[in-house]
Amino acid sequence: MEPSRDDFVIALRSAFLKKETKQRFSLLSLIFFSIILLILGNFNFKAINYTKIVIKEIVYRSSFIVSVPENLLKEGYLTIQNHNRLYKENEKNKLELATLKAKDLLNEFIVLENQRLKSVVDDYKVEVGTVLARVLSDKESPFLKSIIINKGSKQGINLGMIAMDGEYLTGKVVEVNYLSSRILLLSDLNSKIPVVVEPNGLLSILSGTGEDYGVIQYSKKYEDIQSQSIIYTSGTSNLFKAGIPIGRINSNFTNDQKKVEFFSDFSQLKFVKISSFKKSEEE
Amino acid sequence: MIDLRNKNFTRRILSKIPLILLFVSVLNNYDFNYLGLKYFSFNFSYIIIFYYSLKKSESLGYTYIFIAGLFNDVIVGTPMGLSSLMYLILCVAASYLRNITLRPSLLKDCIFFLITILIINSLLFISLNFIFNYELSYFDQIINITYTFLFYFLFSNIFDFFESYFVGSNNAG
Repeated sequence: MEPSRDDFVIALRSAFLKKETKQRFSLLSLIFFSIILLILGNFNFKAINYTKIVIKEIVYRSSFIVSVPENLLKEGYLTIQNHNRLYKENEKNKLELATLKAKDLLNEFIVLENQRLKSVVDDYKVEVGTVLARVLSDKESPFLKSIIINKGSKQGINLGMIAMDGEYLTGKVVEVNYLSSRILLLSDLNSKIPVVVEPNGLLSILSGTGEDYGVIQYSKKYEDIQSQSIIYTSGTSNLFKAGIPIGRINSNFTNDQKKVEFFSDFSQLKFVKISSFKKSEEE
Repeated sequence: MIDLRNKNFTRRILSKIPLILLFVSVLNNYDFNYLGLKYFSFNFSYIIIFYYSLKKSESLGYTYIFIAGLFNDVIVGTPMGLSSLMYLILCVAASYLRNITLRPSLLKDCIFFLITILIINSLLFISLNFIFNYELSYFDQIINITYTFLFYFLFSNIFDFFESYFVGSNNAG
């Protein structure tokens, strides 16, 4: 049997007006109350505004307490997500490490091959007589950039030996005493080192300036030198082995002067390595 | 005697759980934003109000629903009374469905729930957009309605289970 229009009206009227068990207000009265609240709130009625303030105070404080469990859940979820990300990152790093190890092996092979080829063309130099020395004093004079070390001729230090800070070139021995020596730093005005600018492979001379940087001089293809190029010793004089890293071309250079930032911080030197090189067959 | 009193006390506490859930849901505003899901939102309040108004109207109480609506307005920032009005319309629909239903079925309830939330959200959209000048995303509303409808199946079963096994009421289902 199809429901008649009367049934629909009865059901609807019952839904609106009938108070269920334990209900104080009918739905219709509450709906009216909501509409009145909306209208008065829209007209900025004072009593409604005060009620709003009171409700807001209660709600904001309750909301803070109620959201504690969800915040804990949220934190837990984020922690798990972080762990997951870390795990993935670790897996990626492992792969990268394996690739780098493989590359390292290849690199080692290239180095050995390079040594062999250099010895064939009579250019390969080996490090001999390395001495580790402590810096006794450094001269902060604007006219002389040098350091005094605690090793001299007694320990086998000779004129022209080079000083290195780790793997970076810092200067050369210019004065040898029995128990001490003086090293002229690359930043000194009188320092002139034959260098090669990579990646172009341009041969040039690195001069000290008396400041904490050097400049590239006497290069024919001066304008070809790009910023961030790396400066190595060229090995053209017999003093230095080729390929010792010195510094990097400063990106803020002006076209008329190519400044070189040294890899080593000369003001922070505590120990230096004094070395000399000679051809492998001389050994 | 003491055991019986304890049982009654537990049952009274359990019977208040829907009301607590309703207030927690409006105060906490479950949004699951931290999950980082762009197209996911649902209205838990609609589900709980519709289910309990339909199956066990004495559990929530219209006055509490009205107050929960006011709380929701404060949290969401909509004009005071709007959510209450929507919740009460939902109650009217549930009450009407209860009056006309002889043999309850979950599918019919769901379809009626879908029609009701479509009407409610349309009313909400129209009133917020045209009367109160609020900007609302139509697409977000659709997403919300869809997930609310889909989750009704799940929560309806959970509430049925809760009512029959924990509260032990004959009215549920």
